[in-house]
Amino acid sequence: MDKVTKKNLEYLINRKDNQYEVVIGLEVHAQVLSESKLFSTSATKFGAEPNTQVSLVDAAFPGMLPVINEFCVKQAIKTGIGLNAKINKRSVFDRKNYFYADLPQGYQISQFKDPIVGEGKVILDMPDGQKEVGIERLHLEQDAGKSIHDLDPQNTFVDLNRSGVALMEIVSKPDLRSPDEVSAYIKKLRSIMRYLGTCDGNMQEGSLRADVNVSVRTKGSKEFGTRCEIKNVNSIKFMQMAIEYEANRQVDLIEEGKSIDQETRLFDTKKNETRSMRSKEDAHDYRYFPDPDLLPLEVSDDFVNELKNDIPELPDDKKKRFIDEFKLSPYEATILVSDIDTAKYFEEVVAKMGKNKDIKLAVNWITGELFAVLNNKNLEISQSPVSAKNLAILVNLIKNGTISGKIAKTIFELMLDGDKDPQKIVEEKGLKQESDPKAIEALIDKIINDNREKAIEYKQGKEKLFGFFVGQAMKASGGKANPQLINEILKKKLQ
Amino acid sequence: MSDITKQSLTELVKNIKSKKLSSTDVTKAFIERSEKSKELNAYITEDFKSALNKAKKFDQKPNLDLKLPGIPMAVKDLFCTKNIKTTAGSKILNNFVPTYESTVTENIWNEGAILLGKLNCDEFAMGSSNETSFFGNVQNPIDKNLVPGGSSGGSASAVAGQLTPITIGTDTGGSIRQPASFTGIVGLKPTYGSCSRYGIVAFASSLDQAGPMAQNVKDCALLQEVISSYDPKDSTSIDFKRNQYSKELTNNIKGKKIGIPKEYRVDGMPKEIEDLWQKGIQYVKDCGAETVDISLPHTSYALPTYYIVAPAEASSNLARYDGVKYGFRAKGENLIDMYEKTRSEGFGAEVQRRIMIGTYVLSSGYYDAYYLKAQKVRKLIKNDFDDAYKKVDAILTPSTPSSAFKIGEKTDDPVSMYLNDIFTVPVNLAGLPGISIPAGHDSNGYPLGLQIIGKAFDEQNILNIAFAMEEKINFKNKITDWWIK
Repeated sequence: MDKVTKKNLEYLINRKDNQYEVVIGLEVHAQVLSESKLFSTSATKFGAEPNTQVSLVDAAFPGMLPVINEFCVKQAIKTGIGLNAKINKRSVFDRKNYFYADLPQGYQISQFKDPIVGEGKVILDMPDGQKEVGIERLHLEQDAGKSIHDLDPQNTFVDLNRSGVALMEIVSKPDLRSPDEVSAYIKKLRSIMRYLGTCDGNMQEGSLRADVNVSVRTKGSKEFGTRCEIKNVNSIKFMQMAIEYEANRQVDLIEEGKSIDQETRLFDTKKNETRSMRSKEDAHDYRYFPDPDLLPLEVSDDFVNELKNDIPELPDDKKKRFIDEFKLSPYEATILVSDIDTAKYFEEVVAKMGKNKDIKLAVNWITGELFAVLNNKNLEISQSPVSAKNLAILVNLIKNGTISGKIAKTIFELMLDGDKDPQKIVEEKGLKQESDPKAIEALIDKIINDNREKAIEYKQGKEKLFGFFVGQAMKASGGKANPQLINEILKKKLQ
Repeated sequence: MSDITKQSLTELVKNIKSKKLSSTDVTKAFIERSEKSKELNAYITEDFKSALNKAKKFDQKPNLDLKLPGIPMAVKDLFCTKNIKTTAGSKILNNFVPTYESTVTENIWNEGAILLGKLNCDEFAMGSSNETSFFGNVQNPIDKNLVPGGSSGGSASAVAGQLTPITIGTDTGGSIRQPASFTGIVGLKPTYGSCSRYGIVAFASSLDQAGPMAQNVKDCALLQEVISSYDPKDSTSIDFKRNQYSKELTNNIKGKKIGIPKEYRVDGMPKEIEDLWQKGIQYVKDCGAETVDISLPHTSYALPTYYIVAPAEASSNLARYDGVKYGFRAKGENLIDMYEKTRSEGFGAEVQRRIMIGTYVLSSGYYDAYYLKAQKVRKLIKNDFDDAYKKVDAILTPSTPSSAFKIGEKTDDPVSMYLNDIFTVPVNLAGLPGISIPAGHDSNGYPLGLQIIGKAFDEQNILNIAFAMEEKINFKNKITDWWIK
């Protein structure tokens, strides 16, 4: 673990003599990665034709009954374990009653009083150290369908493909204090769930979205201010923008001596502002009560323990191991573990490098050259044009002196086209490094001979001329001479 | 055989198996009588033509190993039947044709039975007289302008009037037992979880249970054997060992202890009900059983508890009838307007009343005082029974506090209507099995029923007690065919 530093990059809003702190809590809705829905066997594939993944249960036909999908329960418990949270052996599904065209039952089945997962925590790696964020609870619930208002001037269309899809609502404690922390928190949650395979975290497809609760208070105050809830924000950037706008709006109200109304607001991404959606007085009375179609959900210790045994190494543990086992810096380790595919790629490179390996060099290549290419081409690491195996070979070629770092960059460019084997590129293009000391010696002798005056100047103390000789030697070898050998031999010869 | 429709299920099955009767003979006979009995208004949907075709098909290749070989029967219109309109007695489902079959009816067809049609009932099973049906009152075959009880009023009328040899109803607070009692037939409400609720239009999910209605206990046992099954499609279905109820039926109940709960002697109960109960006590003694005075102290809270729990669940269960996906839709200016008009026009007064009560008791600020408290009382009522069953094997009570009443007599007084369920409701709240058997007549010659309440999953025991009592009582239903011209 990183050392927790006291240095604090506080996010404060300044007005005249007052400094305000922002308090943020998130309700994240994460779609459970599952082939079928929470209470029916319909498929959950994204982007299917409207109303092609709808069962009689999802469309709430008379006499249809929900039957819990055990896999979704397992996914929720695994996520709970990943959040270091208490798993509740007994949880209850409630009905949240309200009328809407895309809610066929007239109620959403959700967990209100007794969620499946209780309190937990996640650790954020912030530039100024680590920060712990409390998890209040995680519960399972159904998603609603989708109302489509813009296909017809008169009618609204309803697509029920999403209706009944399993969601995990993960509620944080009001522990977040800045847009950056919110960003780190969402990324960390996503990372954990992707490690667990419980949510793909795809925000573009709506697999991960959040309601953001924002309040402000004067710095140092222990009391919470009145909060506003910004509904259904679906990107990290928008969350940050919404928080920034909303916090400033609240501060302005306070500064003007006005009070803040507790209300639900919407973030308008085009105008970059939040707007009132409904006030506390207009809040729905959801008439929650236990769903009589479903028995309380009871899980045994064995059931939970079996899932615990099934949990893969999670980002925090992996980071610790990378630091211990591979002697990485906390910074390097954090970068490599943040995404499960990056971590997998890195570990595969390490494995393929064999015994005599230079892990630091591999890390530099991954976070340097490879990341740059991926960034440029807008690719995920899982789509990397260079396989872990070939990158490992490349790093090994540098390590064992076959090629120089400079040549390696040229080879890397060539590898991008069709994941070519760097060994073959070296052979085909004759890029093998000159590592025969006698050949290099001969080369250096000739250069010293051709530049006698400079050699004398060097010996008289003009040490920076050393670089000149190295450059000349490199040039003469067509860039292939082993730089280390050039150094050694030059030093000897110029003594 | 001109008296086909007078035969019991057991006799019909025997005659079909011995080839004395064909399914076509039997089906024809019940169709003919049904055709002559329109005045009872027992059917909402008739499916006679296709029933006859099915009977003919059955006769071509009869499978006589089945439990209901080629037996025609009509069912309550609360069971979803594939490709046959299913209305729940409501305008809001007047045009609804399911693409699926309820598990209970599926079980019946799998044993060879043939659907005659769908029987009238109170709207969404909310009522005790069949007067809330969108499709009109049902007449009690016992006497003109007499209610058949409810909500399975069409079912009771059809069995008593011999329009169907047997039927199935649903019972949320007495909807099988009370109409059985009013029409002089046998009706069983099984243990909650015995019969699947899959495909049954829901009223109150934690109370609803399908059950058999028949002319005698043996028929009832056979039908229970067919309809009861563990169903993974219903999360509240229970996987327990089910008996071969009809095969294991015995009139030997010697030594059984029958509890007589003092709290069922309610104020204002007619003397003839008290007399009937006393007679019942004598019958079980005559059968060699022993009666024990017991107390079910929370009985008087059962009715108010029921009228919180059932409407609460109903208010949510009926939210799906919103005009968006299927069923009746009224034109509206916008979504909310469409909802309001659809539900105002689509639901009748009693259903709207219960939706309002249910919505109220679940509202924030009232939830604790009503719904939560009702759930606590429900637990106490269940505990009462658990305590009693430490001492006794079954409990004997009257089925209803009165005999059948006249059509229109109680429609303006919902509370007096609700009081009909006073003896049946505790059984639903506790999830227990209960059976009503005809046991006598009042001064008008109207039938009166006795109820035997059992331990959970102990249907066999109450069927045995009912079977033994039935022999002693030797009840004869007074059906004059007054409606047949």
